Amino acid sequence: MPRLSAATRHRVGFTLNGKPVSVEAEPRLLATDALRHGIGATGTHVGCEHGVCGACTILIDGAPARACLTLAVQLQGREVTTVEGLAPAQDRLSVLQAAFRRHHALQCGFCTAGILISLDAFLREKPEPSEQELREVVGGHLCRCTGYTPIIAAAREAAALLRGESQTIAQTTAAESLDV
Amino acid sequence: MKPAPFDYLRAGSLDEALAALAEHGSEARIIAGGQSLLPMLNMRLAKPALLIDIMGVAGLDQVRREGAMIVVPAGVRQAALLQRPGLASEQPLLAAALPWLGHYQTRARGSVCGSAAHADPSAEIPLCLVALDGEVRLRSRRKRRVLKAAAFFSGMMVTEKADDELIEAVAFPAARPDTGYAFNEVARRHGDFAIVGCAAVVEAGQIHLAVAGVADRPERRSWPRLDGSALDDALNTFAWELDAREDLHASARLRRDLVRTLGRNTIEEAARCLA
Repeated sequence: MPRLSAATRHRVGFTLNGKPVSVEAEPRLLATDALRHGIGATGTHVGCEHGVCGACTILIDGAPARACLTLAVQLQGREVTTVEGLAPAQDRLSVLQAAFRRHHALQCGFCTAGILISLDAFLREKPEPSEQELREVVGGHLCRCTGYTPIIAAAREAAALLRGESQTIAQTTAAESLDV
Repeated sequence: MKPAPFDYLRAGSLDEALAALAEHGSEARIIAGGQSLLPMLNMRLAKPALLIDIMGVAGLDQVRREGAMIVVPAGVRQAALLQRPGLASEQPLLAAALPWLGHYQTRARGSVCGSAAHADPSAEIPLCLVALDGEVRLRSRRKRRVLKAAAFFSGMMVTEKADDELIEAVAFPAARPDTGYAFNEVARRHGDFAIVGCAAVVEAGQIHLAVAGVADRPERRSWPRLDGSALDDALNTFAWELDAREDLHASARLRRDLVRTLGRNTIEEAARCLA
C-alpha cells in the first residue's frame, strides 16, 4: 500500500452503523475526531483522550475499542458501531438502553455512550455474566455522577431480558419504548 | 492531546515493514494495537515521522506451540491470548495475569508484543515474560535474534531492541509438571497500572518471584525452597534491592511492603498449586 503523507488528507472509507461512509483524514486524525467532526456522528463522546475514561468506546468489527486510541486511517474497510447504531429504530430504544432508562443509570449522560457500547458487546459475548464480570467491564469506564450501582442493575436486567427470562419486564419495555 | 503529524504506512508484508524500519530507524515506530503507543502520541511524548502499521500483515495473528514454548506473534491481541482454549492449564500464570492487563476494552485491541515493546515497568506482559524466563524474538532486515526477557528489558520504557528491529514474537514457556504458578496485583482500580505486581513460580527445589511496578523494570529473584522467617528475610532483601520508586499512587515504603507481603502470599499460593 502507498505511504500516506502527513501533510495531506486521505479518503478513508468504512461502514458506520451499517451504512457506508467516508471521511477525509490526515494520518494523525483520531477516530473520535473523524466521527464527530468529519461525519457529524457526535454520539461518541471525548473525555480524556488517552484511553482511561472510556467515553469514546466504539465497536470495530464487533470488538470494543477506544476511539481516542485509534487512528481514523485504521478504520479503512472496517465495520464500526457507535451508540447511534444501538437503537433498532428512531423511536425505539434497545433492550439495554431501555434498562438504563428504567434504572436511572445515567444523569448527565457523558459517559453513557461508551458504557452502552461496552455492555452491548459484552452481553453478546457472554449472555450470562456474573455481577463481578459486569463490574470489571464497567471498570473500563469512568462515571462521575450516577454512580455505578444503577448501571450494574440495568446491565443485569438487560442480560436477563435478552435471555428471555423476564417476560413481564419485556412487555413493559415494549409499551414503554413507544413514548420515548 | 492530538498527535504531531506523521506519515502512515500500512505494511502488506513483514519485509515491507522491515525495509521501512531499516530506512527510517529511530524516526519510525511500529504500530499494532496502538493501546500503549497512541497515548504517547496524543500526549506528544512520542513524535515519530512515520508509523508502520503491521496489523494488515498476514500470518501474525495466530498463537502457536513450538515444543515447550507458547509463541505469540506480533499481531496477536491480548484478548485473543486470554481466550486461547486451555490457557489455564497450558500456562496458569498467563491465565491469572492477563485479566489484570488494562481493561476489557483495551485488551480487545492491544497486542501482546506491543506491551512488551512499550516496556512499562508496571506492566503484566513484561512481568510474565521475566517470571517465566521467556524470550523476545527480534527481527530486522539484516538478521533475527532471540533475547531472554531479563536481558531485553533494560530500564523504564527502555529495551535492547535496536532502531531497525521489531518484535516478531514473544515466547512464554508452557507450564511444567510439578511446578506451581500464581499472580497477584495491587492497583487503584482493576485494570489501572499496577502499584505492585507479583508473579511466582514454585518448583520442587526452587522459588522464583518476579516483581513489577517497583524497580524501573520487572525483576526476578530465585531462592531454594525457603519458608518461615528465612523467606521473610529473603523478600526483605529483595524489596530493598529494587530501589523502589515513589509517585502519586504509592510511597516507596508501601511498594517495599507489598513486595514482602504480596510477594509472600503469591509464593505461598503458587506452592499450594504444587501441593
